[in-house]
Amino acid sequence: MSDAQAPQSPWQTAGIVRIEKRTPRVTSFFFQPSRPFAYRAGQHVDVRLTAPDGYQARRSYSIASAPETDGVIELAIEKLDDGEVSPFFHDVAAVGDEVELRGPLGGHFIWPHDDSGPLLLVGGGSGVVPLMSMVRHRAKRNSMVPVALVFSARVWDELIFRDELIALDDRKDGFDLVLTLTREAARRPADYSRRVDVPMMVQSMARLPGPPDIAFVCGSNAFVSAAAQALIDAGVAADIIRTERYGV
Amino acid sequence: MVTRGFLSGRRPPTDGDARIPPGQYLEQGFPVLSAGPTPRVRTEEWSFTLKHGPRPIKKWNWAEFNALPLTKMTRDIHCVTAWTKFDTPWQGVLIDDILADAGIEPPTAFTLAHSFDGYSTNVPIKDLTAGKAMVALFYEGKPITPDHGGPARLLVPHLYFWKSAKWLNGLQFTERDEPGFWELRGYHIYGDPWREQRYTNDP
Repeated sequence: MSDAQAPQSPWQTAGIVRIEKRTPRVTSFFFQPSRPFAYRAGQHVDVRLTAPDGYQARRSYSIASAPETDGVIELAIEKLDDGEVSPFFHDVAAVGDEVELRGPLGGHFIWPHDDSGPLLLVGGGSGVVPLMSMVRHRAKRNSMVPVALVFSARVWDELIFRDELIALDDRKDGFDLVLTLTREAARRPADYSRRVDVPMMVQSMARLPGPPDIAFVCGSNAFVSAAAQALIDAGVAADIIRTERYGV
Repeated sequence: MVTRGFLSGRRPPTDGDARIPPGQYLEQGFPVLSAGPTPRVRTEEWSFTLKHGPRPIKKWNWAEFNALPLTKMTRDIHCVTAWTKFDTPWQGVLIDDILADAGIEPPTAFTLAHSFDGYSTNVPIKDLTAGKAMVALFYEGKPITPDHGGPARLLVPHLYFWKSAKWLNGLQFTERDEPGFWELRGYHIYGDPWREQRYTNDP
């Protein structure tokens, strides 16, 4: 870029090309950015909405799609009743609408470059989203890195990406899915029906061929605090645990 | 670009408009964000070290540090994840008072704040002195909880809140402005919320 050129705004328009309901409260929106960009599994984007009077609202959303998905970015957005941006997406946004988007962002909660592993992923509710990008990335690359995903939700129908995850689990290619429901009975033989705890972490890690190189934990603050502490109590070193908390 | 169908939302109260930096919204709660698990630092094991490069200048244990002058500071804080919280009440030791107790003038223009969990963040010394910043020990009159960075955290309220390092255990003078943890991972080297310096190449 020559010095005479005006610096390009980090914001760009992105059109909604597809909308897919995932659970009663979570819907996926697929965006086609006007300037497609490469990203790494686990990264997020900022989305900005502008009202006619100039008022703007911005939020960060983790990317659910694999980096190999031809420039289209999937954001799985949970509707928060007292929210400002998520109700817009759930109640107003339609295919063909455009929003402003900035990314990719974040350099910590990301799939490692060197394919090191095994990896332990622990997600609560919509905290599964950046982990889904990692799981899909692994599948797209036919990577053999051993990965276990512990995914907690209240009930079976609130497990985002459930069918896709179970299909990946059924491939038995080194990806292991552990589901736990906090308000319903388990539906699969080796799953759980309780909050994440130390025995669950120990047993989930035992499904990996060795101790994890990195553990990624994502969800609400309460979930991440509990899960990270359970990992530490299960013998995982604090400095290999990377967390992302949905603070609000 | 106006977004079709986006009308309003969580507007700031009219009298608070001028206190909310661009792109931020008002939050009543106090969200918790961090890159890793919450360390549980016992005050018996706590210490704070002032350094110039690799050389320690002075080290305080918990009792020694608590004997330094305590100052109250009530400030608005701004997180890069877009929430702003008004009037957060803190109490702690001003950086000015730490330097005075160590008997030094700042030897360089830059610092790195260090934490028990390995976190670090860079702040120019001019943003820490003249009453601008403290090592906070109390929030709302009570010891700061581990979630919010207790026993002690840096408080630099005029910069984005990732600069206010949790679980603080030291301040190091550096010859150059050296990026810390988030500054090496895509976030702005300075982080002024009023100029919206969120990410690396923001002006």
